[in-house]
Amino acid sequence: MESQPSQERNEQPTKEVPHVLVMKPPPLLTLFEDKFISTKFQLLKAWESTLPLHQFLTTHAGSVRAVLCSGASPITPHIIQLLPSLQLVVTASAGINHIDLNECRRLGIAVTNAAGVFSDDAADAAVGLLIDVLRKISSADRFVRHGLWPATGDYPLGSKLGDKRVGIVGLGSIGSAVAKRLEAFGCTVLYNSRKPKPWAPYPFYSNVHELAVDSDALIVCCGLTAETRHMINRQVMVALGKQGIIVNVARGAIIDEKEMVECLVHGEIGGAGLDVFENEPSVPKQLLELDNVVLSPHRAVFTPEGFMAACDLVVANLEAFFEDEPLLSPLIDE
Amino acid sequence: MESIGVLMACPMNPYLEQELDKRFTLHRFWKVPEKSTFLTTHCNSIRAVVGNASSGADAQMIEALPKLEIVASFSVGLDKIDLAKCKEKGIRVTNTPDVLTEDVADLAIGLMLAVLRKLCESDRYVRSGKWKKGSYMLTTKFTGKRVGIIGLGRIGMAIAKRAEAFSCPISYHSRTEKTETKYKYYPSVVELAANCDILVVACSLTEETRHIVNRKVIDALGAKGVLINIGRGPHVDEPELVSALVERRIGGAGLDVFEHEPEVPEELFGLDNVVLLPHVGSGTVETRKAMADLVLGNLEAHFMNKPLLTPVV
Repeated sequence: MESQPSQERNEQPTKEVPHVLVMKPPPLLTLFEDKFISTKFQLLKAWESTLPLHQFLTTHAGSVRAVLCSGASPITPHIIQLLPSLQLVVTASAGINHIDLNECRRLGIAVTNAAGVFSDDAADAAVGLLIDVLRKISSADRFVRHGLWPATGDYPLGSKLGDKRVGIVGLGSIGSAVAKRLEAFGCTVLYNSRKPKPWAPYPFYSNVHELAVDSDALIVCCGLTAETRHMINRQVMVALGKQGIIVNVARGAIIDEKEMVECLVHGEIGGAGLDVFENEPSVPKQLLELDNVVLSPHRAVFTPEGFMAACDLVVANLEAFFEDEPLLSPLIDE
Repeated sequence: MESIGVLMACPMNPYLEQELDKRFTLHRFWKVPEKSTFLTTHCNSIRAVVGNASSGADAQMIEALPKLEIVASFSVGLDKIDLAKCKEKGIRVTNTPDVLTEDVADLAIGLMLAVLRKLCESDRYVRSGKWKKGSYMLTTKFTGKRVGIIGLGRIGMAIAKRAEAFSCPISYHSRTEKTETKYKYYPSVVELAANCDILVVACSLTEETRHIVNRKVIDALGAKGVLINIGRGPHVDEPELVSALVERRIGGAGLDVFEHEPEVPEELFGLDNVVLLPHVGSGTVETRKAMADLVLGNLEAHFMNKPLLTPVV
């Protein structure tokens, strides 16, 4: 065998694969870690270190350009300060309320989220919760499982879905997926958003209170921001009325939870379907005693299909970043 | 019309009962201690029977009431009425189609979402106080799942329309192919079951459709498949379904009806992949009122010699 000329041998210096910092593993990573194996990056797992986070970052994360975060590991100005090379924040969620967007904008740090891939599942959960509350599905299932049907006879009647005027709070990708589904049931769809959507064939309301006055049910699908915190307050709920139903698949803090509990307990609204709460996993005890609420442990988007699509999107964004290619799902200022 | 005797088979709706009481001489069959004596005593005054999904007018009842002219059912299903006997004796039969179509279809979709997305199980989980941060139980995506419908009548079509909004491909089995629809037809229920993720029973109960969902169909539906029954309990071979669920040979079930209501197989009570409802398909305030008005309207029309609103026979 002839010896090969030296320039044809694989003698390139090994380039260090860049790190992606992960402070706490998002559910996506915990469940599907093998999907995060890439030739373009490697994970820097802060939670596996015995060092406290602050120290870990100052010791190991000085040259980190990208971070994968989630609700459990918020990107605050303090954290950003400890990451002087940071250029990209990738979140494995649709929600972005755990990221200081102003600070990122100020420093030219790009942000990507996983909005589109979770929309169907979130919308399905929202519609499922609405039907459950109106038709008393979980409540009647309890009734049957406790053997009450033979003794008690007919179950109390529910309320028809098709007649209802449903107000969607936030007509983004989740809100519009909800609207499309509800139309098929014959519901009248109304909405409130920061600005009217030119493509939307539904009546627009410039504020949530007016939307509530005209609606039989509200479905909360917007993001949590300083403006939307406690946007669904007592006034809005009273406007919704005694037969009114609230469904929340967005963030607990958009609703004034204490007031909502009072309204439910005193019959000032008719019922609620809730996937999110202000202080998860804490759920107000009074809700556990009500028959006209349906409760879910923040899993509106927890399907294998949705998660795998989110994994693909997160990895694709990271790989694009490290290849200097356009990001797939960057946040655009609206 | 107050002297016309109307026999109400069982309690079904307070408003209907009240109105029947006002307009006719109402006999509440469930309150009668000696049913056969009662029938002999009143057989010449009873000209109408009001039945529902649980209790109607079988051959024995019809024979016992020689003056019976009309059976008005507070349901769309007619399986509790001996239609052949009615036809033979010239007895009119009415039901309550259309007014309950949407509610039943809504419930079918509600059951699909509740089973696939484990809504009832999630609710139980939160109420038990067991929720801890970091409990990542996954459910199953509903959007895009293949929905197979047995019976593409009014209710079947309404279910299809709703499922389409969730991007579910629709297929069906019917006695005859409905060429006017774009949905995929399967000539047998087994083939339909083998080619869908969610199988819904939406046909009427007749001799032919009894146990239309049998062991073969359940096997074809498979370990990931979900069965939804908003038809009648006897559409499904219940013991076969129960063992398939307990043995996890089928993915799950949403059941509004059972073979021997109100009895529900207790083996199902401990399963997290089933949703069990006490026959509430048309159970909304709005729809039950509309159904009651239809029963009353049909009876009035009959006794005033006007055309019936929703005749079957």
